Amino acid sequence: MKYSREFRNADLARAVAAEIAAITDPKRHYKIMEVCGGHTHTIYRHGIKDLLPEQIELVHGPGCPVCVLPMGRVDDGIRIAERPEVIFTCFGDMMRVPGSKGNLIEMKAEGADIRMVYSPLDALRLARENPEREVVFFAIGFETTAPSTALTLKRAKKEGIENFSVFCNHVNIIPPVRALLESPDLRLDAFIGPGHVSTVIGCRPYEFMAADYGTPCVVAGFEPLDILQSILMIMRQLAEGRCEVENQYSRVVPWEGNLQALEAMAEVFELRPYFEWRGLGFIAQSALKISEAYSYFDAEIRYETPGVRVADPKACQCGEVLKGVLKPHQCRVFGTACTPEHPLGALMVSSEGACAAYYNFGRKTGERVGARR
Amino acid sequence: MSGQRTRPRLRFGAPRIDMSHGAGGKATHKLIEGLLLPALENPALTPLSDAAVLPFGEARLALTTDSFVVRPLSFPGGSIGELAVNGTVNDLAVSGATPLALSSALIVEEGLATEVLEREVGAMAAAAERARVAIATGDTKVVERGKGDGLYVITTGVGVADPELELSATSVRPGDRILCSGTLGDHGAAILIARGDLELEADILSDTRPLTPLVEALKGAAGPALRFMRDPTRGGVGTVLNELARDSGLGVVLWEERIPIREVVQGACEILGIDPLYVANEGKLLAVVAPEVADAALEALRSVEGGEEAEIIGEMKEEPARMVVMHTGFGGTRMIDMLVGDPLPRIC
Repeated sequence: MKYSREFRNADLARAVAAEIAAITDPKRHYKIMEVCGGHTHTIYRHGIKDLLPEQIELVHGPGCPVCVLPMGRVDDGIRIAERPEVIFTCFGDMMRVPGSKGNLIEMKAEGADIRMVYSPLDALRLARENPEREVVFFAIGFETTAPSTALTLKRAKKEGIENFSVFCNHVNIIPPVRALLESPDLRLDAFIGPGHVSTVIGCRPYEFMAADYGTPCVVAGFEPLDILQSILMIMRQLAEGRCEVENQYSRVVPWEGNLQALEAMAEVFELRPYFEWRGLGFIAQSALKISEAYSYFDAEIRYETPGVRVADPKACQCGEVLKGVLKPHQCRVFGTACTPEHPLGALMVSSEGACAAYYNFGRKTGERVGARR
Repeated sequence: MSGQRTRPRLRFGAPRIDMSHGAGGKATHKLIEGLLLPALENPALTPLSDAAVLPFGEARLALTTDSFVVRPLSFPGGSIGELAVNGTVNDLAVSGATPLALSSALIVEEGLATEVLEREVGAMAAAAERARVAIATGDTKVVERGKGDGLYVITTGVGVADPELELSATSVRPGDRILCSGTLGDHGAAILIARGDLELEADILSDTRPLTPLVEALKGAAGPALRFMRDPTRGGVGTVLNELARDSGLGVVLWEERIPIREVVQGACEILGIDPLYVANEGKLLAVVAPEVADAALEALRSVEGGEEAEIIGEMKEEPARMVVMHTGFGGTRMIDMLVGDPLPRIC
C-alpha cells in the first residue's frame, strides 16, 4: 500500500489537474472514453471528475466483462448450475447478474451447488477434491482473465482431471472498440486504454485507433494519478495536434504484451465467428471459445446450452450508455426500476459498470458538499 | 367488528431467503422492514436500535440478543466464544447501558470435538470476566451432523440504561462530529483471510474486545453531549452511517484522510475489490458528539486501551439530507451508499 499511496498524492493530483486546466481550450468540448470498468470505478471512487475542467467529459465504455455478458449466456450458465451432479463455480460479481429467470444467488438459495471462487485454479482444486462431482467454471473477462483460464485448462489436461470443464465467455477488447469508432452517433476525442488488458496484449493492437480513425489513445493504470496523468497526456496530444498511442502504464505494460500469456491463449482458445454483447448486439470475432485440442473441457459440449437469445428489458438504455450517447442518470430507468439491488440492465450489475459506479459513488445532490474541516 | 387487532399485511417480495438477506445491507433491511417489523411491531422494537430500552419502575432496562455463526470457529485475534460475549456486551454498551448479565445458547453439531467446545466455553468465560458480566443462564442443543457449522452461539444481554443519556439518531444535530474509536475493517479482513479461500497471507488480527471502557471514557468526556453510538459490525461503517443519515434526516460528511485503516487491511481489500468501509468490525465504536466536546472526547478515547487510534472522521451537515458523502484524500467527493448484499469481490 505504501507503493499505491504514492499514486494517491493529493498535492501531485492538484498539480496535474492545474496542468490539464492550463492546456484546456475554454471554447472546446472534449469527450474522452475510458474503455475499462476498472477505470470507471477509480474515477468515481476518488471523485476525479471534481478535479477536471468542465470542458472535459469522461464517457464510460464497454469494458466491464460482467456487464456485457448477454442474458442468454447467463441463462445457459444457470441451466448448467442446476444439474445435481455439478458444482458450479464463478467469480463473486457474476453472482448477481440477472438472467431471464433469476440470478445465481437465487439459484443457490433454491439448492444449486454454486460456489464463489477467486481464480479458475480454485475451481480446478475443487474438481480434484470432489472426484465424484462435475466442477464447471463460469469463465468471463477480457484478455485480462483469459490467460488464467488458459493456464488452468493446460494444467487440467496435464494432470488428466476429467471432472472439470469451463463455460467459456471470454471476450476481446479490440472488436467492440472498433465498433464504437464506427458508430455514427458517437464522436470521441480520445481513448483511455485498458491497462490490465494491455499487460497481456501490449499497446500495439491499439495503433489502428490513431492510424485509421485519428483518435489518440493512452494506455493507463488504475490508480487515480495514473488516470489524471493519462488525461494530461491526451490533452497534450490534442493541444499539439498529435495523434498517437502512448503508454502511461509502462511500469507494468510492455509495448509488445506478455508473449507467454498470448501463447497459452492461442493454444487453448479460438475465435468465435460472432458473439452477442449486452447493449451492443452481435460483434464479429469478438469472443473466444475453447479450441479443438481442449474440447474435452468445453462445458458447452459437455452440457446442453441452447444459447437462446434473450432480449434485454425494453426500458433499458444500456446500449446508449455504453456508447456514451447517454450518461447513466439520463437512462429512463436509472435509480428507479433499475438499481444495484435489482439491476434491470447490465451496467447496474457489477461495481465496475458505469451505472452502478455512478449510483454508488456519484449520485448526490450537489457537486460540492460541505466544507473541509 | 371484533376488538381484535388487525395485523398489517406483510410485503416482503422475495420468494426465498438468500445469503444477501443476512449480510446487513439493503436486503437485510428489506427483510426487517418488510416482514419482521410489521409482524412484531411494538414501541420497544420499532426504533431498531442495538438494544431495546424497557421501562422498569424508575429504571430503564436495555435488552439485546445476537447469534454468532462465524466460520472458522477460531481466527487470528479471537474465536466464536469470545465474539459471542463481546458482541452482546458491546450492543448494550453502545446503547449507553451497563451490562448486568448474559444468557447463552449453544447449538452444537454432532461430531464436534469436545476440546473445541471446551476451548470456546473457556473463551466465553474469559471474555465475560474481562467485560465484568456474568453468564447467568443458558441452553444447549445438539443437532445432527451436517446441520450446523460445528458450533453456533446465541447470547442475550440485559443491562441498565444510563438515565442521563438520550442516544438516538434523532438527537444528532448539524455540526456534530463523528468519532471512530480505531482502525476499521480488521475483524472482517482477518476472517476473510482465515477462511483460506484466498491464497493470501497477511498479519491481520480480529479486533474483538469489550467496548465498555471506551464507552465509559466517552461518557465521562462528553456527558449529555454524547448523542449517538453504534458498533459497526456486519455491514461496517458504511451501513451504520447510512442508517444514521436516514434516521436523522441529516447528511453525513466524511474526511477520507482521517479514516484510520491499517495499510495491510487496505491492501487486502484492494486485492479483493472490497471497500473497507463495508467490512465488519467487532471491537470498534462510532460516536456522534456535539462539536464543543469533540476534542475532549477524542482525547478520552485515545487514553483508553483499544482507543489509541481513535479519530474524528467527519461531521453532520444539513445537506445532502439523508446521504453519506466522503471528501476523498484525492480532493474529490464521492457518495457512500448502503451496501446491497454481501460485498462481492470484483473479477479484475
